[in-house]
Amino acid sequence: MNNIFVYCELEDGLVGDVSLELLTKGRTLANQLNCQLEAVAIGSNLTGIEKQLFPYGVDVLHVADDSRLAPYTTLPHSSILIKLFQEEKPQIALMGATSVGRDLGPRVSSALHSGLTADCTALEIGSHEDKKAEKVYENLLYQIRPAFGGNIVATIINPDCRPQMATVREGVMKKEILDPNYTGTVHNLKVADYVSDTDFVVSVIERHMEASKINIKSSPIIVSGGYGVGSKDGFKLLFDLASVLGAEVGASRAAVDAGYADHARQIGQTGVTVRPKLYIACGISGQIQHIAGMQESSLIIAINNDPNAPINAIADYVITGDVETVIPKLIKYYKKNSK
Amino acid sequence: MSLHILVLAKQVPDTRNVGKDAMTPEGTVNRAALAAIFNPEDLNALEQALRLKDLHPGSTVTILTMGPFRAAEIVREALYRGADNGYVLSDRAFAGSDTLATSYALSCAIRNLPETDLIICGRQAIDGDTAQVGPQVAEKLGWSQVTYAEEIISVENGRIRVKRRIEKGVEVLDGKLPMVVTVNSSATNCRPRNAKRLMKYKYARIPNELQASNEDYMNLYSNRDFLNIGEWSVNDIVCEPQQLGLSGSPTKVKKIENVVFQSKESKTFTDADTDIEGLIQELISNHTIG
Repeated sequence: MNNIFVYCELEDGLVGDVSLELLTKGRTLANQLNCQLEAVAIGSNLTGIEKQLFPYGVDVLHVADDSRLAPYTTLPHSSILIKLFQEEKPQIALMGATSVGRDLGPRVSSALHSGLTADCTALEIGSHEDKKAEKVYENLLYQIRPAFGGNIVATIINPDCRPQMATVREGVMKKEILDPNYTGTVHNLKVADYVSDTDFVVSVIERHMEASKINIKSSPIIVSGGYGVGSKDGFKLLFDLASVLGAEVGASRAAVDAGYADHARQIGQTGVTVRPKLYIACGISGQIQHIAGMQESSLIIAINNDPNAPINAIADYVITGDVETVIPKLIKYYKKNSK
Repeated sequence: MSLHILVLAKQVPDTRNVGKDAMTPEGTVNRAALAAIFNPEDLNALEQALRLKDLHPGSTVTILTMGPFRAAEIVREALYRGADNGYVLSDRAFAGSDTLATSYALSCAIRNLPETDLIICGRQAIDGDTAQVGPQVAEKLGWSQVTYAEEIISVENGRIRVKRRIEKGVEVLDGKLPMVVTVNSSATNCRPRNAKRLMKYKYARIPNELQASNEDYMNLYSNRDFLNIGEWSVNDIVCEPQQLGLSGSPTKVKKIENVVFQSKESKTFTDADTDIEGLIQELISNHTIG
């Protein structure tokens, strides 16, 4: 009762990174609240799954193992979580802000009438005073998230309803093994008691990997490269930075014409016009045709070895240096400083 | 087989096109500088509905939105593009709703409709980005759901086939109607306004927008019923008032912090480690990244 639960995403018998990150965070919160950390694994062929989870400090692992439970579909996974949460009454329940967690979380929170905060960037424990009701709440989960297109950061609380539910994106929290020899107990659920046949009304008939279409226009962060990046290989660095920041990669016309990047990524007068929250221009001199397509970005960082590049005039931050030296450092220090 | 399709849509401030004047000097959001638009993914949802209508003659597409009276603007927009009719759910009692209270109010309003086979909505709205209302409406109605849809492939004999776009690839799901489908921005863009429909629905209004004093004008609405957009208040739906608005919302906002943008004065850094780390720390502390 009153423990912290983490729903674990599984793919081909492996626990997803996002879930391990949440377990790491969950362990810290459990220590602060002096309660236990419990994990839920729902899927098929899960024998031995605890070996992947216990090292992260899991005290109790609930396993629902049934061939019908993989791949993920909404209804059976929701039914299991809803009933399990009704029995175990967690105070906090965390899941990944992925196509699974963001499908499952709202369904479960609606059934339990508990609050859910999507895409949190930080989770903390704190108190809250309700002045109207003259009530003080201790040990609430502060669910901190950007809103309004990233223009504000809100702290959300659920004073009265339990569990306090939150989703967190992959890569936001740190993943850290607590103790390789940590052991907890495994609680095998009798699946038939938790799901009904009508839960299997939706079935997955096909799954395959497929790269998504490039959509730089709607990305809040764009890492963009110009001729100064030097080669197609040089663009790989940009993709690395983009994947760390959750950004898309754009390019100037010169870079596209040189074959460094796809035409779909071209930004500027003959490409697309973008207005991201953050635009990182790497090795882009700043021809007017390019600037026309990105000058309304909220924040511009220019990385260029020419201190007099025209792009510097419209940039908020100018880094004078080589792209291949600066980007690895950006990645390194982002990883070091992000939560 | 003709279908009764409901599209859920939201009018949102255009947070994607945040120009420099969207933030006041104090660093707060200048709402007046942000246009109110049709939530982009809801337009993708509308297109999926209109395509099904094209494929299944006799089908109807209804649009439902919850918000202030001015949200009737997006109902008109949907009519111009091919929807058949629409409703605005508006009442002070809904103020302060979180996603759960919103879903509850919407689900009560949906029960007002005589028949609905399929509900389609955008995956998420750009002002909150929560992606919660679709699945929560499905749960309140006791329907199944498919989220992150890129294409509704087919609807035949009460079964539906949907292509989902997820992190690493695509999934094709087969399910049974009724169902709630939430649509991604990777789906086909919505068709533009149709000129004939624009002429036809230009004066479509909810009762609250009508100028009751002008008799000729009011006659227009009694003679041409298609110009009347439905308007529902809390009295028009069967609901438990406790579940609405602030009292029906388990989540509360404790604190709002504005993200302050720097003034337009550029700072220069070298490629030294200390400089780069300082920059990253600054960007993280002002929530630009991270």
